[in-house]
Amino acid sequence: MLNLRETWLISLGALTVAFMLVGIFFASTGNSPFEVFYTLYRGAFGSWFSWQNTLVRAAPLMLTALCTVLPARVGLIVIGGEGAVVVGGLCSTLVGLALRDMGPFTVITAMVLTGALTGGLWIAAVGALQYFRNVNETISSLLLNYIAIAILNFLVIGILKDPATLNNPSTHAIGEANMIGNIGASTIHWGLVYGVVACVGLWVICRHSVFGFAADVVGGNIRAARLAGLPVVKILLWCCFLGGAAAGLAGTLEVAAVHGRANNGLNAGYGYAGILVAFLARHNPLAVIPYAILLGGIQASGGLMQRAHNLPDATVYVIQGIIFMVILTSELFYGKFRWLHATREAKS
Amino acid sequence: MSGQDIGLWSVLIAVLGGAIRVGTPFIFVSLGECLTEKSGRINLGLEGNLVMGAMVGYATSYLSGSPWLGVLAAAGSGCCLGLLHALLCQHKRVNDIAVGIAMMLFASGLAFFYGKPFIQPSAPRLPSIGFGNWSDSPVVRAALDINALFFIGVILAPVMAWFLMRTRWGNSVRVVGESSDAALAMGISIHRVRLLSTVAGGAFAGIGGAYLSLYYPGSWSEGLSSGQGLMAVALVIFARWNPIYCLYASLLFGAAAALGPALQSVGIHSGYYLFNAAPYILTLAIMIISSDRKGTLGGMPGELSK
Repeated sequence: MLNLRETWLISLGALTVAFMLVGIFFASTGNSPFEVFYTLYRGAFGSWFSWQNTLVRAAPLMLTALCTVLPARVGLIVIGGEGAVVVGGLCSTLVGLALRDMGPFTVITAMVLTGALTGGLWIAAVGALQYFRNVNETISSLLLNYIAIAILNFLVIGILKDPATLNNPSTHAIGEANMIGNIGASTIHWGLVYGVVACVGLWVICRHSVFGFAADVVGGNIRAARLAGLPVVKILLWCCFLGGAAAGLAGTLEVAAVHGRANNGLNAGYGYAGILVAFLARHNPLAVIPYAILLGGIQASGGLMQRAHNLPDATVYVIQGIIFMVILTSELFYGKFRWLHATREAKS
Repeated sequence: MSGQDIGLWSVLIAVLGGAIRVGTPFIFVSLGECLTEKSGRINLGLEGNLVMGAMVGYATSYLSGSPWLGVLAAAGSGCCLGLLHALLCQHKRVNDIAVGIAMMLFASGLAFFYGKPFIQPSAPRLPSIGFGNWSDSPVVRAALDINALFFIGVILAPVMAWFLMRTRWGNSVRVVGESSDAALAMGISIHRVRLLSTVAGGAFAGIGGAYLSLYYPGSWSEGLSSGQGLMAVALVIFARWNPIYCLYASLLFGAAAALGPALQSVGIHSGYYLFNAAPYILTLAIMIISSDRKGTLGGMPGELSK
């Protein structure tokens, strides 16, 4: 695991194989794979316009990926990012609406804190249920996604509805002045910076702190961690909390930087795509950044592929599914290439 | 009889009819998931099988004119997806839950991709049997219009229970699910048993999908499935990995899903969206109550907790 060269080589190899399979899929639809790949590149990274589009989509993916990454470090497979996004977005909207006349700085700070806190508690509950009651964390986090979405729909269509939003029921707006703006003259909002800072910060914690080391011990062997006297519950719950906080923050940003109000746009699938990013990054917070950009790019190019090659928008799902499956299968090859292990201690 | 009484009766009948109509796909998907989990593996990708089955079933029915051929084709597509899941997961280091999510993305994507041309045309639907024809109340007639697949599902549940408890093959499935060490000692091929269980489970999910597109709601569209495939995973836990309980749980989930619209039809609107959450809250509550710190859930295959 510590061998960087091995990770790089196998990841690159897997991506190559995945894109070859995607190419075969394109060829089967009667398109030239090279032309479609070029379109994909143009739609994702070909111009400043597409770069902006890609980065706007990458920002929430970075944060929702962390929701799977951090619990995974203590050995839990949490897929509740979608629910944490919804809860974080909804609660921070409520706080934003309550404080809307207090000035942008107060409103945004309060919203960010609320989103992170509620999202964090949401996923920490999953960790607590797993630890104290032995409730499978994957299933419970999945159930919580549905519960969160039902609560959102109930409130947004019911008591919190702004009567002016007929077609797309939403809460009242938090106000233009209270929104998080864009970076400079671009169309990229500051959420991207939150995402990158969260990834880098959590990477530093995971790799260069006592807490991160302890979390890896808990994830590696929970009995050994107990015998070593580590505070297992605390570490486990903190990892869940931090992951959930990141996803909750993604919800806050969707409200404060994109929609301006809470509505169905919160459960747009960022949580589920984040799971994919987390596995692509092999639960390394730093690797989340490039993979989130890659996936954001693929999503951003969907529109152009539709216009240029008449490929339906579902093409993006097919590409994501193929990449995901190949990357998961590539786990088999770790530790198989002895010549890659230059030093003995690097052998995993 | 006052008007209030008639309203309540119609709600009750609508919920009963809804339990059967909405619950049928749950029966198939949950039985499929139950079989797969009995062999010690979770297939989270059944949502994909469901959507794919719905598309393939609808397309086959449209092209061939026979809805039953559509059901068969849907089962076949479920087999293929199950096989892919099983082949990817047979290696120890490949995470079955993650593969399930990948399969869900991949299969739904493929179904939407190839299903685009079939959104407009209308295919021949599965016939239903009108058990309510004796009544002149349209509510009763609508509620008792029951599809043949429902009866197949009702028969399938005890058959699967018998298969698991009383046959040699079923015994192998349970041994592999309980303890792979014991299976090894008995000379049972773990790979083969899990492969076949996942393939068969995938086929059932495909049939559930065909029911969605060929009977109720009865047409193919991208928003056809509302997560029944994912809910099936929760449903199997709710049913404690028992096929007979799966049948009851499916009907209960169907009834819960039908309760909101039924109440709405008699003028009760508040809390409609909260009723949608009822099955999930119920499942979560049952998981919390029935497990404890040391042990695992009663009835849970031993290999699942590893």
